[in-house]
Amino acid sequence: MPEGAGGSVGRWRRKLLDLLGRNLSVVVLALLCLISSVATWREQNPITSRSGGAVARQVLEACPAPCAVLVVARDTEADRLFARAIEEGLDGSGVRIAGRVFGQPRDVRLELERLAMVGGSLDAIATHRIASEWGPVRSARARVFSPGSYHWPTFLTARNLLNVVNQNADIAIIALGMTLVILTAGIDLSVGSLLALAGVITAVAAQEWFGGVAASPAGLLAAMLLGVTAAALGGLLSGTMVTAFRVPPFVATLGLMMLARGLALILAVGHQRRLVGGGAEGTPEAVRVDAAAFAWLGNGSVLGVPNPIVLMLVLFVAAHLLMTRTMFGRYVYAVGGNVEAARLSGVPVTAVLLAVYCLCGAFAGLAGIVDASRFEGGRPNAGELYELQVIAAVVVGGASLAGGRGRIAGTLIGAMIIAVIQNGLNIAGVASYEQKVVFGALILAAVLLDRLQPRLRRFRRKPL
Amino acid sequence: MLELHRISKSYPGVDALRGVSLAIGAGEVLGLVGENGAGKSTLIRVVSGAERPDGGRIEFGGEAAAFASPADARERGIAVIHQELSLVPQLSVRENLFLGAGWSRRGILRRRWEEREARRLLGLLEMDIDPDVRCSTLSLGACQVVEIAKALALEPRLLILDEPTAALSPREARALLRQVRGVARRGAAAIYISHRLEEIEAVADRVAVLRDGELVHGIDRRGPAVADDGRLPLDRDELIEAMVGRSLSTEFPPRLPGAIAETRLEVRGLSAGRRVRDVSFDIRRGEVLGLAGLVGAGRTEVARIVAGAMPFDGGEVRLDGSRLDLRSPRQAIRSGICLLPEDRRGQGLILGRSAQDNFALPNLDRFRRLRALVDRRRERRAFSRWREQLDIRLARPGQRVATLSGGNQQKVVIARWLERGAKVVLCDEPTRGIDVGARYEIYEWIRRIASEGKSVLLISSELEEVLGLSDRVLVMHDGRIRGEIPDPERADPAGVLRIAAGLGPSEETSVA
Repeated sequence: MPEGAGGSVGRWRRKLLDLLGRNLSVVVLALLCLISSVATWREQNPITSRSGGAVARQVLEACPAPCAVLVVARDTEADRLFARAIEEGLDGSGVRIAGRVFGQPRDVRLELERLAMVGGSLDAIATHRIASEWGPVRSARARVFSPGSYHWPTFLTARNLLNVVNQNADIAIIALGMTLVILTAGIDLSVGSLLALAGVITAVAAQEWFGGVAASPAGLLAAMLLGVTAAALGGLLSGTMVTAFRVPPFVATLGLMMLARGLALILAVGHQRRLVGGGAEGTPEAVRVDAAAFAWLGNGSVLGVPNPIVLMLVLFVAAHLLMTRTMFGRYVYAVGGNVEAARLSGVPVTAVLLAVYCLCGAFAGLAGIVDASRFEGGRPNAGELYELQVIAAVVVGGASLAGGRGRIAGTLIGAMIIAVIQNGLNIAGVASYEQKVVFGALILAAVLLDRLQPRLRRFRRKPL
Repeated sequence: MLELHRISKSYPGVDALRGVSLAIGAGEVLGLVGENGAGKSTLIRVVSGAERPDGGRIEFGGEAAAFASPADARERGIAVIHQELSLVPQLSVRENLFLGAGWSRRGILRRRWEEREARRLLGLLEMDIDPDVRCSTLSLGACQVVEIAKALALEPRLLILDEPTAALSPREARALLRQVRGVARRGAAAIYISHRLEEIEAVADRVAVLRDGELVHGIDRRGPAVADDGRLPLDRDELIEAMVGRSLSTEFPPRLPGAIAETRLEVRGLSAGRRVRDVSFDIRRGEVLGLAGLVGAGRTEVARIVAGAMPFDGGEVRLDGSRLDLRSPRQAIRSGICLLPEDRRGQGLILGRSAQDNFALPNLDRFRRLRALVDRRRERRAFSRWREQLDIRLARPGQRVATLSGGNQQKVVIARWLERGAKVVLCDEPTRGIDVGARYEIYEWIRRIASEGKSVLLISSELEEVLGLSDRVLVMHDGRIRGEIPDPERADPAGVLRIAAGLGPSEETSVA
């Protein structure tokens, strides 16, 4: 038989195809990362504390002890860290810091003139690649030290990667809830609106009930809880429509989508009116939250990792455990795989569906408070068209819209694929209209590849 | 008409067909039997163009045939009736009959002609089905009849029927068999696949037995089709033996010791519209109560109501004396009433999930830890225990249940309820579409469950099965219980059939 004669080569090829087939979305993600990396291969001029330390070592090597050094950097946070690292590196070695410049080339000239006036000697200038090209630096009668540059993909820098994930954390968080809904063969179009509603409710509550500027962390937390609860109740409403009245999920959540968006706008306008006075024209502006602590969730970080990413990862782990280790997870898969068989097996179908839609709403609400915190206010227009991006992420992640098939890990990868595509296009400098075209085509391609999975898998199956 | 020469087909790891040679002449009906996995389906797929053979030659109507697709084969006059229905539920019977290409006049439907033709085709099958009702309102049996009418509309030269009577009542099945003979009389050939050997006996001129992809008995040359005395070359026992390769002494396993004890389940005055009318009966501990009747007599509905799966208008069900609240299957299962549904794939199993997941689904509360977590170790242990006891054949517990054979799928459902510790097991057509060997094992399990003190309600359209397994049989007709057979092993099947057909003995046996 041909299969038997193929020997081990055929078997290995089959195994490889099988492996690729099962983890196609991972392959796609890796491929996209590779493409993005190649497309963004640029000269890198690191301005970090590590490169600062390297400059300090260069100075010590070339120009030992009694030596005066001028540190030059721009007036940015990264530059200051860089400069501080240089000084720390030189500290205690006997090298004298003659002066520091944080600013423009002009500031360097002024500093050099000041040093000349004072009459001190200047042996070296420690700076980074960019400032080393400045006229005053080059013409100064001193040796210039700067860190070497190297080539590396801009895409693959820690800062960019964190940025990519951070900007798409809200999409990924909503995609979790959407995965549950899609697993039950449903769909939820209301997530974008629920995101906005949760953000606005949180902002209004923080401003009007929990003290505005003076709001305590507990008060802010209560406001956020209120926002998430409202979104969860929205989900419960569509769940009720779907279970008790057999309304198709598409229609039920379409209604809720408009309803929630309208409510968010009304609340925002009402808040504006109360702020400005009864007669003011209502405009749907963001509801600003004045309490400084409110921005922490969206803009703070833990151990260098932005908070939205931390929240996203925590939620992903929780959702993964929920779907693989608990009765509820099994029930969700069963309801999506075959409702009637699930019902006859004693699965509480109605309760499972209610919980799924409720959870989806809650996840949208969580994304809503992240968004509000990031922009320091509830934006009634936030999250428009998010539902489509989220559904794309879930489908790209391998879930079947027919229900019963899909994994949380797949959704995470799907969300990342969407994020990487967007980021890659941005860095590569593709204009926004063209971006839409490329983006759409890439989603279709990703889903198409996913559809090929069963065909690849067929190599493995042994029919009886 | 059709000649197969040394056809072989293999899939990775399996040789599905190994050099099968067959010949079927015009006007002949070939019975094709064999256990599940013996290669019948593959043979049909090869003949009908769905699959290409790896080796061998097919001749059809005297010329070499290599069908490119099922549509190609259909064009050449090969019609296949599959086990699975291919009707569109939202369309009417007539619309389904003429759904395929080639019935319209340049895209314009010929409604009058269709109506006439539909009546004629359904009339041939002796079925009183209104061509204008939607297929979704028909019973499974009626749907199968429509399916057959659809194939007959093509006036095929070769008609292939794959388990066509699985969902039919005996009357419908007999009409179908007559129709198959009629097709043969008009000069076409037919291949008839069935697990019901009495049907094979009734309809086939010759019988081919497949085992492990080989023709073990029957015909590779044109031989005398029928023995001189007009009998088939093989009798039923020989056929079974040839199929399974081992001899089954009796068709039903022996009764196990275990006394029938006190009443466990009492059903009183159950009614649901026109389908179930005032049904009352008892089942005792350790008893197998058979429910005989034609398709549509209301047997399935009775089981579904008792299992909490169907709303009803009146009546009550008591378990061990206390009244049950039957609002959902969940509640019925909690009280110990479990249903083996008739449509195993549609209602019993989540096909996309693993065998173990399907086994565990109603039992997750038993493998629970910290309220909601699933203890996967206990789950695995429980499954492997039942897997061993019931001899469920699978490669690994995570194997998708859809890839198992019908018998093994049914065993997964049985294992699920045994783990649950069911008190009452409602078996609705437990052996439908299951091969002889696995069927016997399921009989054994029904016996065994009863001997352990559980109560079994057995619904089957195969009269032999109900009579052979039950301790007592009730016969339903038109939603009512029309008779009771206290000693089914000695009962006359013809008499039972008379009751089921509504012609029953006038003295209606009272129940309870």
